[in-house]
Formats: sequence, structure tokens, C-alpha cells
Amino acid sequence: MSETFEPTLIAFCCKYCAYAAADLAGSMRLNYPSNVKITQVPCTGRVDIIHLLKAFEDGADGVYVAGCMEGDCHFVSGNLKAKKRVAYVKKTLEEIGIEPDRIDMFNLSSAMGPRFAEIAIEMTDRIRKLGPTPLTASSETCSAKEGTP
Amino acid sequence: MIVADRKSIHEILDMVKDCSNILVVGCKGCVTVCNVGGLKEVQILAATLKIARKKEGRPLQVDEALLERQCDPEYIAMIQDRVNDYEAVISMACGVGPQFLSEAYPNQRFYPAVNTTFFGGAVAHGIWEERCAGCGTCIIHHFDGLCPIARCSKSLMNGPCGGSDHGKCEIAKTVDCIWDKIVRKKMEQGRLNDLLQVFPAKNWQTARDGGPRRSRREELIQNG
Repeated sequence: MSETFEPTLIAFCCKYCAYAAADLAGSMRLNYPSNVKITQVPCTGRVDIIHLLKAFEDGADGVYVAGCMEGDCHFVSGNLKAKKRVAYVKKTLEEIGIEPDRIDMFNLSSAMGPRFAEIAIEMTDRIRKLGPTPLTASSETCSAKEGTP
Repeated sequence: MIVADRKSIHEILDMVKDCSNILVVGCKGCVTVCNVGGLKEVQILAATLKIARKKEGRPLQVDEALLERQCDPEYIAMIQDRVNDYEAVISMACGVGPQFLSEAYPNQRFYPAVNTTFFGGAVAHGIWEERCAGCGTCIIHHFDGLCPIARCSKSLMNGPCGGSDHGKCEIAKTVDCIWDKIVRKKMEQGRLNDLLQVFPAKNWQTARDGGPRRSRREELIQNG
């Protein structure tokens, strides 16, 4: 694994909590890695299995969903649905030989700016340790073999 | 409706291990209702197959199609322009789908992506239970709408057997004893005497014992 590997992370953040917490982290001038690409969703219940799989298919090294604290979902149970979908994708990744730790679900409130930064750091560190997604690694090898750009 | 479960990703990957491009065909019928072979499931399977093969360094091109139903030739014909553009086709319909596809397109290879399990319904969101065994001679009117053929583990017509325990079947604590339910319902309705009638052995000729079954509706048949 390269020392300079900078992972690409996709974070699906609920408008009511994680996205607001990201805003707060910014207002608090907190430092966190710039590897995380945030996608705002109206509720993590909107995040489907296919969105998570597509993120990996399109080359993300890690993916996470950040929703409200359990029991505090603006839409009652959206974050609980997201939790099950994340678990499904974890299992799927494991079945096809990809580290399930590359995906996770987090719960935080809009007041938890520092926690948002912590999560970004935690996931970036975790994926740095795991290395680049085996998808890009193998497709590069494959392209090299085939002599295509 | 017909209820099915998706096969394991390993099994499906093994079916198409020699292919570099495939078509996954979903069905908007029963398998959509039981969340196994509709649009979303087609997309999930396609993405999973692509990820798995990309990881192996042997990318797989997966295209997607969705038919209204795979149990009607009219809908099967809707993919005729593209079905032979692929090395194989995976059907996400019940067992009828890949067979109809196979008969319509004899030059193509078809694989089933799902295991067809039973005739049932959703008792809660995400939970389906068997309600009909397709025996061909419905007798549920004798048992107040509860089917002892499909729902009794032994398909007893004159139950209950000695294995009922607090309303549960001896095969598993999660399975209701349907004969317990039948007796209770008869008692509640004051019609317990109905059960004094002894049912003779069932004629299974209308079930699978009669070979492959066919339903013929003369009033609907066109061209003779």
C-alpha cells in the first residue's frame, strides 16, 4: 500500500443532522480530512442499497451513511431503514471478497459538529489502512494487461 | 402470488463465469411484489455482479431489462431485438420466466437468478408465508378458509396430529399448527360438529401426480 494513498469517501448525510453537523464543524473551524465527498439526502431512509453499491462501483474506497440518533429521525424510522441497508451491503461486500469495513453507518445530531469531524477522520484512517478499493486496483491491472488507457 | 428468493451471488457468478457480457431481465409480476426480481433487484444484482467481476480483474458488462411479465409470450417478445447480443441472459422471474425465454429464444443461454419457493402472501412487511400448495382442488371452504394442505406440515385432512404443542407445529416453534387454528375457529363459530365429517383420502390427480398441468379456457382461445 502506498504511503501517499488518499482514499475517496462518499458520505450520505441526512439534511437534519449530519449535514447540519458538517456545517457546524465548518463554523467551529474544525479540521477534518478533505477526502470525504458529502451527498446531502433529505433523510438517510432515502439512501437505497443501489446508491451504496453504485458508489463502490464508481470507485469509492469507502462509503458511509450518517443519520440522526436512533429514535430521533425526522421521518420516524428512516435511519433504521438505512441501518438495515448498510448491513445488507456489508454482507454483500463480504460475500464478494471486499472488506465489509469499507462501509458503515453513523448516528449523530446536528449539534455534534466535533463528532462529524471525528467520523470523517475515523473513516479516512480506516480506509487508509485497508488501502485502495480492490475495484480500481484490479481494473488498473486489467487495463495495463489489455494495454488500454 | 408466487414467492421467490434470490440465489446466492456466488451461485449466480458461477453461472456466468465464462461470460464478458450478460443481460439481466427482471419481471414486474409476482417477483416484484415479493421484492426479488423487480427493477430495484435487477439493479442491485447487476451492480453486485459488476463489482465482483471488476474485483477479479475480469469486468463484466451487465445490461438491464424489465418485462411486464415473463409468463406471457407478448412480453417476452419485447426483448427480441437485443436478447442475442449477449453471451448469456439471467432471468429474475419465477421458474416460468427462464423457461418461456428459453423456448422463445433457442439460441441463447438462460439462467435463473431466483429460487421459486411457494404460493403465498405478505403477512408483514418483509415476511411472506405459504398459503396455497396448488393442489388443484380447493377444499378450504370446509375449514373456514384455512388450508390444511398447504399449511399443515403433513397436509392432514383429518387433523390435528399428536405433534401440536400450544398451537405450534412440532417441526418448529415458529410454525403455527393450522389444525389448532381450524379447531379454534370452528369452536368460536359454534360449528365444531363440522369436523365430525371424515374426509376420505384426497384425490391428488389434480396436483402434480397428474403430470404437468394445463388450464384451458375455451372462451379465451383464439384461432381454433
